[in-house]
Amino acid sequence: MISHLTHTSIMVIDLDRAHDFYVNKLGFKPVLDVPMPQGGRWVTVSPPGQPGLEIVLSPVDNRSYGPERVTLLTDMIREGAFGIAVFTSADIYATYEELSAKGVVFKKPPTKEFYGLEAIFLDDSGNWFSLAQITPSV
Amino acid sequence: MEAAYPKMYLYRRLVQAKLFIDAHYAEAIDLDLIADEAAFSKFHFLKLFKSAYGRTPHQYLIHVRLQKALELLDGDLAVSEVCYAVGFESVGSFSLLFKRVHGCTPTACLAGRRAFRTAATTAPLQFVPACFATRNGWLAENI
Repeated sequence: MISHLTHTSIMVIDLDRAHDFYVNKLGFKPVLDVPMPQGGRWVTVSPPGQPGLEIVLSPVDNRSYGPERVTLLTDMIREGAFGIAVFTSADIYATYEELSAKGVVFKKPPTKEFYGLEAIFLDDSGNWFSLAQITPSV
Repeated sequence: MEAAYPKMYLYRRLVQAKLFIDAHYAEAIDLDLIADEAAFSKFHFLKLFKSAYGRTPHQYLIHVRLQKALELLDGDLAVSEVCYAVGFESVGSFSLLFKRVHGCTPTACLAGRRAFRTAATTAPLQFVPACFATRNGWLAENI
């Protein structure tokens, strides 16, 4: 039986800019940022309320891809082709206001849905995320 | 994108107060003054702050200081320097609060984090799951 998710990755266009976005705008905790002897860096961050989950910031110019794939993936991310994940907040309005004040781009403000409240924002690369405040089911 | 929702004006004041604490945590902040300026009713402001962030403004200020202390321990500062850098005035009370929240004294935590950082720097591959290491070309595909 699978129990937990410990690592997942988000493909980003510029690694340093993405790290700054996730840490200084979203408020994630930096976990690791180490150069690899073979080239590249291992960069992970964690949502503040979920320290057991490491999100790997994976640069799109991974050397195992060819230049054509890098260009294609970069264009797709920028165009918003990827919906990545749902983050939750205890108070979506406060989080929405804070992230907006920090310059995070929202595609949808907090809106009532059948499961609670949901907003949609983009990371600095163009990946789409939902921000949700889930209503406990009764 | 401009949203409209209940208590929007109050939320904006609330967030400004939170961001003020985030930016000025190392200073002697007058939280009563923040509450007075943030909302028409101090009671509602405190209630809304605790509802949004799970802590009162004072508890949140202490939380931010202790989180920043943890980050600063990754640098080269001594424990007493970290204590004063994040706004505490007494190393004793800082150490007590730090242990209560982080589960180890600043000195023990400093040693642990330095050991972790050394391990991550000298042998980073041990921190990378094989699926990622292989796909990044950091590990031979002999699986």
